[in-house]
Amino acid sequence: MKILVCISHVPDTTSKINFTDGDTKFDIQGVQFVINPNDEFGLTRAMWLKEKQGASIDVINVGNSSSESTLRKALAIGADKAIRINSEPLDGFFVAKQIAEYVKSNSYDLIIAGRESIDYNGAMVPGLVAGLLKMNYVTNCTKLEIDNGKAQIDREIDGGKETLSCSLPLIIGGQKGLVEESDLRIPNMRGIMQARQKPLEVIEAFDFSSNTNTIKFYKPEPKQAVKLVASDNLDELINLLHNEAKVL
Amino acid sequence: MPVLTYIESSNGKIKKNGFELASYSCELAKLLNTDVIALAINVEDVNELSNYGVKKIIKVNNESLNKFSASSFADIISKVANHTNSNHLVLSSSLDSKYLAPLLAAEINAAYVNNVIGLPTNLEPFTVKRTAFTNKAFSDSSVSSEKIIIGLSNNSFGLVENSVDSEIEELSIDIKNSDLTVDSSEKVSGQISIADADIVVSAGRGMKGPENWNLIEDLANTLGAATACSKPVSDMGWRPHSEHVGQTGKPVATNLYIAIGISGAIQHLAGINSSKIKVVINNDPEAPFFKAADYGVVGDAFDVVPRLNEKLKEFKAQNS
Repeated sequence: MKILVCISHVPDTTSKINFTDGDTKFDIQGVQFVINPNDEFGLTRAMWLKEKQGASIDVINVGNSSSESTLRKALAIGADKAIRINSEPLDGFFVAKQIAEYVKSNSYDLIIAGRESIDYNGAMVPGLVAGLLKMNYVTNCTKLEIDNGKAQIDREIDGGKETLSCSLPLIIGGQKGLVEESDLRIPNMRGIMQARQKPLEVIEAFDFSSNTNTIKFYKPEPKQAVKLVASDNLDELINLLHNEAKVL
Repeated sequence: MPVLTYIESSNGKIKKNGFELASYSCELAKLLNTDVIALAINVEDVNELSNYGVKKIIKVNNESLNKFSASSFADIISKVANHTNSNHLVLSSSLDSKYLAPLLAAEINAAYVNNVIGLPTNLEPFTVKRTAFTNKAFSDSSVSSEKIIIGLSNNSFGLVENSVDSEIEELSIDIKNSDLTVDSSEKVSGQISIADADIVVSAGRGMKGPENWNLIEDLANTLGAATACSKPVSDMGWRPHSEHVGQTGKPVATNLYIAIGISGAIQHLAGINSSKIKVVINNDPEAPFFKAADYGVVGDAFDVVPRLNEKLKEFKAQNS
């Protein structure tokens, strides 16, 4: 089984968010970048498939050279090969077009992406790739089993879950549940050494344009100080919620 | 070229977010000098949409659509958009709509902009304000393609009543067969889901153990609220993962979010920031959540929550 895991290179969840260049670009000063958490659950699930059922794992990223550290981490965790499509990831549409074009000439049985990246939250890359390539697609996956070329998938739905099945090839948008946080792997020294020897292929971007453009970023207005209510005056809290906030 | 909005339903009834979508689409149509057409799939009674400015409702009824299928629904919406000659499509931010949206975008060659929190601020180029960085920031995004799918954030626009006469058209559309099938589906019955709730009562490690959650459930019952929890609580197995809200859990965009015994880690705050009013109950006055809250009570949850519940019951009895 050939698996492709799409890796987004994103600021760590605890990063301070600031902007630069007249608030048009994310300020990377002092920011630690990581594998997008939703992608990392998928990568770990792919590792289990590799170890239990046999599979090869390629990881792909659309980005500039700064994302190579993140791809090397994926190799150190256990992916076999990394592909970097050399371009700024202009928007979700652009990234999906690049990945779809790559997949057209390199077929995979299973493509795993995250349900969304934690930076731009576009939630569209795996769905667009699926739409462009007419592949089976399930997102918000919390469980994935592959048996004899058939997939069984749990999908989170609003207020519950559903179980789906289909044949491969399949593309999923994964999230926590595919594996748990405690299952995530920290690369060990051996993995890190091996990763240096593994192929990291850089290919030039295909000629597509984006269809959105960020004109400006803003940070939320500073919040007004919290109104504290004494714990023996809960009537006042209800009064504020009813008459001032108008949410009761 | 009318604005087309897809109105979701549950058990044959329009979901609450449908009226917000109708309201938004109607105001968008006014800016674009056009009308709104709403698409409803397997909904019997669509009349309530006329209260929110929808001039025309297209009904597609087909038994094979009783189970949601992202590819079939995307296919139907694309065919209807073709039929109505619409360039602007408006979808909700439910999990189903976020699932089908990119498939639809690929099908009709549209740009998909989600997490939209308002009407366009400019029409040339079409520009909308969105949340980004998991609610830690906002962005103005312009769209360069002719066709645009807007994913509207829940509770970001509200309702605008506007009573009109609506025309109803029934369309029959062939459904694509798919190899991808839904084998079973489980919904927690009798409970309000976090996505649909106006009020969410959420609790953290301060509750000391799963056996104390009756206090949280009682408060949620009084308020007609959904229950949620912090990440450590779901990691420890005190509550199901489906209740975990935050950066890697569910996003919450509700009118009132009540956080009990949750310290307010940055990842948790990111997930709930879109909620309008946040109330924090915590015995630690230094808990970072107080900085992100609108109202706070410094106190022991085991003392405050039951008393708040009793007072809310009285309030509800007087105000219903």
